Amino acid sequence: MATEVSFPDRAAKVADAEQEFAAEKMSLSMGPSHPSTHGVLRLQMELDGEVLTKCDPVIGYLHRGDEKIAENMTYNQFVPYTDRLDYLAPLANNMAYAIAVERLAGLEVPARCQAIRVLTAEMARVSAHLMGLGAFGLDVGAWSVLVHSLNQREHLYKLFEELTGARFTTSYTRIGGVTRDVPEGWLGRVIGFCDQFEPALEETLSLLTRNKIFLDRTVDVGVITKADAIAYGLTGPNLRGSGASLDLRKDKPYSGYEQYEFDVPVGSKGDCYDRYLCRGEEMRQSVRIIRQVIAKFPGGDWYAKDARKIFAPPKDKILTSMEELINNFMIVTEGPQMPAGEVYFEAENPKGALGFYIVSKGGGVPWRLKIRSPSFCNLSILPKVCAGTMISDVVTLLGSLDFVMGECDR
Amino acid sequence: MSASVDAISALKAKFPQITDRASRDCPAIDVPTSEIFAVLKALRDDAGFDLLSDVTAIDWAEGASPRFTAVYHLYSTTSHAAVRVAAPCAGDDAAPTVPSVVALWPGANWHEREAFDMFGIKFTGHPDLRRILMWDGYPYHPLRKDFPLAGIETVLPDAEVAEETKAKVIAAPMMGGPFVTSSGEINLTEAEPRAKDESWSERSEKPSA
Repeated sequence: MATEVSFPDRAAKVADAEQEFAAEKMSLSMGPSHPSTHGVLRLQMELDGEVLTKCDPVIGYLHRGDEKIAENMTYNQFVPYTDRLDYLAPLANNMAYAIAVERLAGLEVPARCQAIRVLTAEMARVSAHLMGLGAFGLDVGAWSVLVHSLNQREHLYKLFEELTGARFTTSYTRIGGVTRDVPEGWLGRVIGFCDQFEPALEETLSLLTRNKIFLDRTVDVGVITKADAIAYGLTGPNLRGSGASLDLRKDKPYSGYEQYEFDVPVGSKGDCYDRYLCRGEEMRQSVRIIRQVIAKFPGGDWYAKDARKIFAPPKDKILTSMEELINNFMIVTEGPQMPAGEVYFEAENPKGALGFYIVSKGGGVPWRLKIRSPSFCNLSILPKVCAGTMISDVVTLLGSLDFVMGECDR
Repeated sequence: MSASVDAISALKAKFPQITDRASRDCPAIDVPTSEIFAVLKALRDDAGFDLLSDVTAIDWAEGASPRFTAVYHLYSTTSHAAVRVAAPCAGDDAAPTVPSVVALWPGANWHEREAFDMFGIKFTGHPDLRRILMWDGYPYHPLRKDFPLAGIETVLPDAEVAEETKAKVIAAPMMGGPFVTSSGEINLTEAEPRAKDESWSERSEKPSA
């Protein structure tokens, strides 16, 4: 203050400069290739100093027309495309799509198949949350979390590779079953993974949960109220972080989720820290589910044997039996035969509710297939939450929303 | 599911024009275009369907009447029931219209922009109806049934880059099945009846639009 009195000219200059800057807003384009936009999201921002006055997400850089493609191919051929939606959890996407088509066909899959799907979906959830956690840590400056979580994901990838033949885009689920039964000894190795993962997870989370820098960056940042979260159609950990106890695995159980005991973690404030805590706890619950699935792993068939016009018969049958050969030929050329009708199925994926809306006119090709992607809905709240926050908090917010552009743009 | 059934029977008393829609899972209703906003508002406020899962559209192909149907999926966070609401779009093929529900659910904003982008449906009352997945200025609506899977040759969105590079957005050759590679001399366009987009390929002339 004293300096202002003794140098009135300077005070006037400062005031002038402040006024000049106050009137001028800067527009800044962040992305589409920016490390903290986790893919190809572009944020068209309007800044007043360091404070955002407007934020307009620009999406579509990864639009591949999956829905158009789906209308032009048979139901089975679309399975690999579902891998590329949320590419961090392809096994969960495969399952959601398969169940949607099975509901359309009115098909029930055997208990063993359901258990395999739940098991793989929960492993995919752990893998997706680990990546989300690592990337979130990286966004707020905690590099070592990413290294720890990538290490654990590598263990999971090895298990996926053994089960499906692929590490990343697995295409494991088929309509009416899965591609193959679990390999011998594989379930034991999954248990082995869980045994080493649980302490490792605690160690990884302990790097962040009580970390002063992390708390400063995340607590009370990017608050999404429960009412807003519901109004914008948020799902998954982002909705639960805001205090809504909604989990489709509990509320509308599918694939036998009602048999397993697990808790649904819920946040209280809806800030970035709550969303982080929810994801951390969900991983613990997923491991709990994995252990239960393996403990009562049912025997029997791993594909629906009665689904003759839907699930291709085993290869040895195709090569030896005329009827199976014809059957296989028809499924490959005409596609699995579906009745006419409409069906909408949502599964609780790592990122939220992944929905498939299928309109069928009968035959092997859908008339319309709409993918309701959780990342798309979760990102639509950005203009609302970003307004008035600091630009450095946008990075934190994006990390905590944990989106995947492959799914958002489809 | 009984919560949805109860809600629908209560709704029918209020809006007699509502009819049941064929569905293989959750209860579904057909609503006239003029009443869609009021029906969705009633479902949100009176029946507790507070979460709008999805807004999309269906193109029933040229010649169908109505050609476009808007479809809403609602979910109740309290009773965990779901309901599907469908409304035919008013207006002609070039500019079908349906009232916007952004005033009810702000989350409908992006869903409606996507339906506009993909089908050209005008959501009347939408605050900011722009393209969302395709770029601004893109001339077509790709999910319409008359849009070929291969795409249509278009100029680049950036005029300056287009001028400099002479590059265009070109249609992808389909070779008889978008996902089948050519082998030898077989004309896969003829060999693969499954491929929907067989009207033209690099071997047969593209019909004049």
